[in-house]
Amino acid sequence: MTRRPRGAPSLRELTDYVYFRNNVAGVQREWWQHRFGCELWFLADRDTRTNEVLRVEVPGAAEVKAPTA
Amino acid sequence: MRLPPQPDELLDRSHEVVFFFRGEPVRAFAGDTIGSALFASGRRVFSRSFKYHRPRGLVCCSGGCPNCMLTVDGTPNVRSCVEPVRDGAVVEPQNVLGSLDRDLLSVVDKVGRPFTPVGFYYRTMIRPRRLWPLYEKVLRNVAGLGRIDKHRGRTTRYDAEHRRVDVLVIGGGRSGLKAARAAAGRGESVLLVDENARRFGAEPFEIVAPGRALGIYEGGLVPIDAGRLLLRVRAGRIVVATGAVEQPLVFPGNDLVGVMLPDGARRLIRDFAVKPGERAVVLAADDRALAVVEDLARAGVETVASIDLREHDPSEISAEGRRGRLHAVSIEGVPHECDLLLAAGAPQPAYSLLAQAGARISYDADRGIFVPSELPEGVEAVGRVAGDLGRLRPTRACHGDGGFVCLCEDVAVKDLERALAEGFDSIELAKRYTTVTMGPCQGRMCHLPSIRIYAHAQGTDEAAIGTTTARPPWAPVKLGLLAGRTHEPAKLTAIHHRHEELGADIIWTGAWRRPHSYGDAPAEAKNVHDAVGVIDVSTLGKLLVAGPDAVEFLERLYPNRYADLKPGRVRYGVLSTDAGRIMDDGTVARLDDERFYVTTTSTGADSVLGWFEWWNAVWQLDVEIVNLTGALAALNVAGPQARELLAGLTATDLAAGGFKYLDAKEGRVAGVPCLMLRIGFVGELGYELHFASPYGEYLWDVLLERAAKPFGLEAQRILRLEKQHIIVGQDTDSESNVLDANMTWIAKLDKDDFVGKWAIEHAQERGPRELLVGFVMANGTVPAEGGQVVRDGRPSGRVTSARWSERVGKAIGLAWLPPDLAEEDATFEIRVNGRLEQARVRLRPFFDPAGERLKS
Repeated sequence: MTRRPRGAPSLRELTDYVYFRNNVAGVQREWWQHRFGCELWFLADRDTRTNEVLRVEVPGAAEVKAPTA
Repeated sequence: MRLPPQPDELLDRSHEVVFFFRGEPVRAFAGDTIGSALFASGRRVFSRSFKYHRPRGLVCCSGGCPNCMLTVDGTPNVRSCVEPVRDGAVVEPQNVLGSLDRDLLSVVDKVGRPFTPVGFYYRTMIRPRRLWPLYEKVLRNVAGLGRIDKHRGRTTRYDAEHRRVDVLVIGGGRSGLKAARAAAGRGESVLLVDENARRFGAEPFEIVAPGRALGIYEGGLVPIDAGRLLLRVRAGRIVVATGAVEQPLVFPGNDLVGVMLPDGARRLIRDFAVKPGERAVVLAADDRALAVVEDLARAGVETVASIDLREHDPSEISAEGRRGRLHAVSIEGVPHECDLLLAAGAPQPAYSLLAQAGARISYDADRGIFVPSELPEGVEAVGRVAGDLGRLRPTRACHGDGGFVCLCEDVAVKDLERALAEGFDSIELAKRYTTVTMGPCQGRMCHLPSIRIYAHAQGTDEAAIGTTTARPPWAPVKLGLLAGRTHEPAKLTAIHHRHEELGADIIWTGAWRRPHSYGDAPAEAKNVHDAVGVIDVSTLGKLLVAGPDAVEFLERLYPNRYADLKPGRVRYGVLSTDAGRIMDDGTVARLDDERFYVTTTSTGADSVLGWFEWWNAVWQLDVEIVNLTGALAALNVAGPQARELLAGLTATDLAAGGFKYLDAKEGRVAGVPCLMLRIGFVGELGYELHFASPYGEYLWDVLLERAAKPFGLEAQRILRLEKQHIIVGQDTDSESNVLDANMTWIAKLDKDDFVGKWAIEHAQERGPRELLVGFVMANGTVPAEGGQVVRDGRPSGRVTSARWSERVGKAIGLAWLPPDLAEEDATFEIRVNGRLEQARVRLRPFFDPAGERLKS
């Protein structure tokens, strides 16, 4: 998940935001969409090493617990 | 020559099968493989090797090695040792000139071998460069595997099938069967897959054999090659019981015909009742392999020597042949005359699938093999693949000076040593350079021996060398199987059947099937200019954006303004990403204060919907987005007579003053409730009618009865090009922004913020690198879309759209040009069929530049 800069970013800040992503080995926060279903966008804390989803959250709604495998 | 019936043979001796090898009939029994039947008929040479055309015979008899590959019924590279016999099958040798026994190309082995080490072709024949295509042609003919018959056409249909089971067992040996029975006994649904077409008894679960598990993918997906069917299996649990593979020993002469793996000889005897030779020497390093001596005795083969490599690992083994056939083997100087040499080191667990799934592969120095551990959840290993192999001891890397490591690609020991000497000292690099493990056997026969040789040559151990990454597919797979029928559905509009009835030429546009034309596109375009036409535009994306924050939402998403858009008015919009790239375009109609009707391009509908939903989740505005794309049909009625035609069908005031250009009105047309948008992609007076899909055919029929003539995509493309209206994705690409696309007016940079604003500001500061402009050709040639713009002999731009316009009387188009060229009347050249043709810049629409007809 990247944060959109506020105000008028410099070219460098803009480029960082648009093109650069951290290649995290570990837990990262990601946007996911239930693409072929209800179309809902939600946030997930996912461990990129194990693919384990630790937590999901619908923005603006109460927190939802991760489904147990 | 067959042996008397064997207790477990796979043959049905009451059922004879006849197939043809080089035109000669070969008699076999049902249950035979093509390989076993040919061997029984006396054939010993089955193939010629990849590079040197050395004669090669059966080695593993289990579909692992490349030696038995033949062309069967036109399909090249069939492993004949596991291919069941079929009546009338036509079997031919491959990669030979002449016959298998007398291959004229074997001259390569005699003359060329000393001069053709690894990498030879590419280093030597690259100069002079222009001759490489010739060399390549010759080399491709000399080296290689079987050939595809290009004139055969498609004769086989491949399909994919999705399956879900509780337990998937890969491998039908003793351990695999035991695991499958146990799972079935617990009431779990079980699928067992085995590489060989061996006979299974009645089991309480489904068996796919022959079938090859190609890999273990994310989420436990296992594709299985079952001949003409690709099974995509998802299992709760995967049990890998792939066993272990006997490893060939490396010594001079180890590729002679008659040198086999013990298991291969055992299969010939037990499964097919064939005597593998007359006099045998056995060299093996595990109890199972050594027990082959008993099979040999039963089959009447004399064992002249049997050596347990765990007790004594000879320093030198050397096999001698006569005309490529084994004649004698010398072990530490002691000669043994024999026609069969069964030689194998410790069996290596076939761990590839486990490694793909994420298991750790580590070297067991005491036993001399790599074993899997730390299996991922849901994956199990049972039996020999898990290392359950009895007492083992590592064997030498090489027994003597020379020999082949890789039978698939003809790589010899000296090739590996040369690669190391040249600095390819990492196993991953050496693999790519020498191609060891990259042939059809996928390393089954050469991975461990090659690691041993690297370790030996570098004075280190196997653990330090490590293994190469195991990647799918584990077994060679036909492209046909991967390219087989998919489950890609076509989208059809509610009016589609009418187009078919009219005999329209239907084409794919993204997922949609749409009419390209109804027979004569230029006439369809002319009719829109002169009278009135109708086109089915139901494929447009249609979104309702509603809520108290709807205006705010659109203001943030679009570069232009919507706060000042009055209810009942329409505005063109272009969506940009924050990288400044043009993403999609369409129209936005304001229905009332809080409701907007947004159209997108046909192909962009899904991505724009996802985009809107996402920004809505990010911004948390009070907006609802409803996707109406499928619910609504849409027709564009366009042409000077459009008003007249619709006037007879609606009570809505269509007068020029009452229903202006870019007005939106709700009303009934022929009784059907419609949203009518006065817009003009095709440049003539036009009304886009959006209405519930079920009315599609009805309204289409009514319009056609009232003399509207249908037009297709091709006519629409001509018409829009006359107006220089762009098509996103055709005239723009991932580099295009609204400034360069000559839509400067659309970016309202005085707005506080919108998606893409900063990137557009930076692009403005930098100035355009190229501009999208219209052009006319000096003569009537129509350049290709994608054609090259040339200035002073240098490529300096490209054509994105070009058509002949009857109305303009010229070949017209759109092109990206350097900014200094993008001025009215500037001339440049376009390469057309190798010639340079003159073109001239036109910044304004080619037709009706003032928009008088559009606004009439």
